[in-house]
Amino acid sequence: MTELQPTTQPHPAEGRRSQIFQQLRLEKVTRSFGGTIALSGLDLTIQSGEFIALLGPSGCGKSTALNCVAGLLPLTDGSIWLDQQRIDLMPPERRGFGMVFQNYALFPHLTVRRNVGFGLVMRRMSKKEVRRRVDAALDLVQLKAFGDQLPGRLSGGQQQRVAIARAIVVEPSVILMDEPLSNLDAKLRLEMRTEIKRIHRDLQRTTIYVTHDQDEALSLADRIVVLNEGRTLQIGSPEELYTRPANLQVARFMGYRNILELDLERVEQQRVFLAGPDFRLEGIACAELAGRRAFAAIRPDDFLVTINEAGSRPTGARNSILGQAEIVEYCGRDYLVDIATSSGLLLHARTQRRVEPGARVHLEVPEERVLAFSAA
Amino acid sequence: MSTSSRPAIKLPDRTLLLLVPGIVIVLTLFLYPFLFGFILSFLSHQGPNLGNYTKFFSTPFLSETIWTTLWISLPATLINIGFALPVAFVTRRHRFQRALTAILVIPITLGTVLIAEGLLTYLGPQGWLNRLLLMLHISTSPVHLTHNYWGVFLSLVVSGFPFAYLLLLSYLTGIDPALPQAAATLGASPWRRFIHIYLPLLIPGLAIAFCLSFVQAFSVFPSAVLLGAPAGPTRVISIAAYQAAFEDYDYPMASAIAMVMAGVQLLVVALALTSRNLFYRGPTTGGKG
Repeated sequence: MTELQPTTQPHPAEGRRSQIFQQLRLEKVTRSFGGTIALSGLDLTIQSGEFIALLGPSGCGKSTALNCVAGLLPLTDGSIWLDQQRIDLMPPERRGFGMVFQNYALFPHLTVRRNVGFGLVMRRMSKKEVRRRVDAALDLVQLKAFGDQLPGRLSGGQQQRVAIARAIVVEPSVILMDEPLSNLDAKLRLEMRTEIKRIHRDLQRTTIYVTHDQDEALSLADRIVVLNEGRTLQIGSPEELYTRPANLQVARFMGYRNILELDLERVEQQRVFLAGPDFRLEGIACAELAGRRAFAAIRPDDFLVTINEAGSRPTGARNSILGQAEIVEYCGRDYLVDIATSSGLLLHARTQRRVEPGARVHLEVPEERVLAFSAA
Repeated sequence: MSTSSRPAIKLPDRTLLLLVPGIVIVLTLFLYPFLFGFILSFLSHQGPNLGNYTKFFSTPFLSETIWTTLWISLPATLINIGFALPVAFVTRRHRFQRALTAILVIPITLGTVLIAEGLLTYLGPQGWLNRLLLMLHISTSPVHLTHNYWGVFLSLVVSGFPFAYLLLLSYLTGIDPALPQAAATLGASPWRRFIHIYLPLLIPGLAIAFCLSFVQAFSVFPSAVLLGAPAGPTRVISIAAYQAAFEDYDYPMASAIAMVMAGVQLLVVALALTSRNLFYRGPTTGGKG
């Protein structure tokens, strides 16, 4: 176990690979495939020990970015630096980064032990040292009993843990993970997420984690990079991204399911007044607002839903919307309700109390939970 | 493994009738002639016995054809596989791979007789190759590459290499590219990726390619007659069978020789496939994906 403790110095035999570094710097990293730009000018400085998530829909360039850092894809433009050393022209085998592949890429002809020990053997470590470190790594991912099996006989979750063990056993300076949980079922995904978090806490290795799942990114990362169509939309802490998305695209990605295009009535510093066909909303401006229209972004769980058979607004209610429940989905802890306003606008809201389909409801939302973005 | 291999079909299933044409073809075109030849090989003038086989193995002029044939076909097969592997490896993701594949398919479509005729003039004493060698002063007298061992050997390479290349190329491209990439991120140089990842995963493909190439080379006939010295160094086993059948009109003897030929091929193939079982032979992808 000692090998995998946070303060371990790198083994002398791998000095050229896993040096201690201060910063991993991506400067205008660009990659195009036959004219189509997959990743455009990604600038990112990662501090040693940081957990970075690259988040975005499929085809946004997040895997391209990861492969560029790993050395599996040459850059079209830009550079990658480990402190003062330029590494983007180095072949992957000399970078000393550990990578966990989306389909795990376990060597099917080698046992679990030989898979995990592969990187150590490549570093020409003694048999004894390899055995010791493989034991420690298999302990860490709780797979000691499976060492002599071929990976094809393991379950998806076990294979995934072997892939993680294989990447971290060489004590890489940077760990790269390409959607490592996307092939697992929902329950296992949650367990492995915790596992990855625990390993990062224990080893404090710089990690770049690619995902399309905002929950994964929010729960794991110190900082999140949101990408779309190859461009960087926002870089920030999970809290920043969640409460203050920089634009509508990020907001959509952060779970703001209600994006309403409304009339812009007036702006008073940060406060914004918007008008819909049958309701008015007060919110906060998240960008420079101009023109006659603006978008309001609201998360389903920020609505307060009450049954309102009278069909009239309660006195004194602000930011209130009247509507009728259409579709009610039971989610265990709460209900997800689709609500149609009288003008036909469809809203999504979460509520703890059961709402019957067809019931007339009243929605309220605090001003600070209504984010206004420009319509441009 | 076979816990649920029982098919869920109720027996008279009419789709099984689709097998009939295939079975008929196998029976009439392969199994019947094979069994006919097999039985015929035990007939001689004295009635059914092993006479033809004892004659084959006690007459050096006949039995030595086995070694003559092996001496040509085994090196040719090994050279073909040995060259096809690196060429397929280098070209597997090359831009010109499709063009190269197209060029290499041509010898397969031409057939052995045409290749033999072409090589006869090309490699002959007045052929382009010898003219070039003389012109460049690499050689002072024409190099004898026809009507001997080398003529047959070269024709087996020309016709066998593309076949081995295409087979190995398809095996190579079937290997999940994430596997060598993973090896690279773990510190494996290109050479070690080849040795530790590609090669072990290619063993089943190499074994199959070897078997198919060998069977083809072992049954060499037209080029052994046209390009070789069919009376001596390249008197391969198929020539012996031909002579027994069409010069001596001894069909039982010819059938016996054909059976010996099949036996030798079967033996080599069995050896190759058994040695394959010593290695890993499962899927060549790295996860449940």
